[in-house]
Amino acid sequence: MEHSVREEAGALIAAFSGEVDLENSPKAREILLDCVGRGSKVLVDLSGVSYIDSSGVASLVEAFQRAKKSGVDFALVSVNAPARRVLELARLDKVFTIHETLADGL
Amino acid sequence: MIRGPTELRFHARPRELKHVRAAVKREALAAGCDENAAQDVMLAVDEACQNVIRHAYGPEHEGDMVLRIEQQEHTLVISLLDFAPPVDPSKIKPRDLDDVRPGGLGTYLIQEVMDSAEFVEPPPGCGNLLRMVKRVEGPKRSEG
Repeated sequence: MEHSVREEAGALIAAFSGEVDLENSPKAREILLDCVGRGSKVLVDLSGVSYIDSSGVASLVEAFQRAKKSGVDFALVSVNAPARRVLELARLDKVFTIHETLADGL
Repeated sequence: MIRGPTELRFHARPRELKHVRAAVKREALAAGCDENAAQDVMLAVDEACQNVIRHAYGPEHEGDMVLRIEQQEHTLVISLLDFAPPVDPSKIKPRDLDDVRPGGLGTYLIQEVMDSAEFVEPPPGCGNLLRMVKRVEGPKRSEG
């Protein structure tokens, strides 16, 4: 898993790529919670994610719930097919705000 | 032509799972699964392995897992054997999806993407044996 965090138009953008699995989801969780703690708007770019498992999804859910409690805008952007499939199976595609593109989310 | 079974033995550690996933996807595609079905089978096996690592062995134990992938006439039969303390299958339940919270999704995902997943009697001296089945069209047969 690779990641980057940058600021653009008042939003923190956390971009992940590769496989978000049991080995590296603790790192993803740490990055996401840090962004939620620092920003007023967090966009999670999943365009480069080729695989995400339930532990990766759990990191997204935890960050989403922390954001909700803190009044932070939190959304997923550019969710590609493998990640979307897992979110749909877990019916989380109806829970998260999902933007088709990063530009839509900004 | 139906391929013979493939067996993998590996340590029950998160770092092993990427290799396991690659092998499972390769076998699923060879058995005739399309890309989406192969991705689903890979997810189910990954989640099953995670359950063994996190819950069967847990932080207190360590050991191996043996994954066996067997292609039958119209099914892919996947068995995951561990050597951890036996788990009580009645305590392993998928969670209610309306209860949105981190964690607890693995068993639900396995049941959702596989046609069946159940614990069966393991060989003597082993811990737990999960048997998962996925229906497949089967490999394309060559003519002549």
